[in-house]
Amino acid sequence: MTAPQRVSYRMESTLESVNKAEEMADRISAQAGFDEDTRSGISMAVREGMINAVLHGNAYDPAKRVNLTMEQSGQQLIFTITDEGKGFVPDEVPDPLAPENLLKESGRGIFLMRAFMDEVRFRKLNPGTEIILIKRLQGNDLDRQEAST
Amino acid sequence: MSMKASTRQVDGITIVDLSGRITLGEGSVILRDTIKDLLGKGQKKILLNLGDVSYIDSSGIGELVSAFTSVRNQGGELKLLNLTKKVHDLLQITKLYTVFDVKDDEAAAIGAFTR
Repeated sequence: MTAPQRVSYRMESTLESVNKAEEMADRISAQAGFDEDTRSGISMAVREGMINAVLHGNAYDPAKRVNLTMEQSGQQLIFTITDEGKGFVPDEVPDPLAPENLLKESGRGIFLMRAFMDEVRFRKLNPGTEIILIKRLQGNDLDRQEAST
Repeated sequence: MSMKASTRQVDGITIVDLSGRITLGEGSVILRDTIKDLLGKGQKKILLNLGDVSYIDSSGIGELVSAFTSVRNQGGELKLLNLTKKVHDLLQITKLYTVFDVKDDEAAAIGAFTR
């Protein structure tokens, strides 16, 4: 991976921010050397993290902001998303794959983040929640990155 | 790219051709309103053509589930047609692929509705 790079954005609690974050995540994933399928998963995980922050955390409150940090570090991409909402306990979110929850309309965001990233961590802030999403480059991605440099 | 929905009738089945992204916001709302409108008109046999749907997020998945249960609760049937690989994979990992009746041929899908 190229030299360490870190960018941070302070964003409004809007759908536009969610869409913008998804686009930026796709772009930085491409620069890092991830293949198209993996990039799609990464940008979806970031989108779901942003939805969590904008909708469930800040509840679209115009007075509250979401911070997004994207960092290339070693051979991994790290996305950190923080909101200023009331917070939640991730372990209390029902398993969306349980038969009794399959037909629920919501509750799949955290599952999708975990499905597409190598590591997903939550930390309670005061106030708010911090979500850390990590994706590591694999062998093929590293070859692709070397070829592009 | 925002989402578009258009409907057509084939042999008593309402086919909804969707294109774009079914995501939180406009895309999910368009799908919800389309289904609500069809059920309001008594059109309860619905085939959602997702062939041109490039992307679905958790909100869009929720909207598909909502459409499925709304139609079923009114005694109707809802099937999915022409999933892209991305949408197919998403329904697989969320275990919804077996919940929905998924078809890849329009004529066969129309024939599969209960008469």
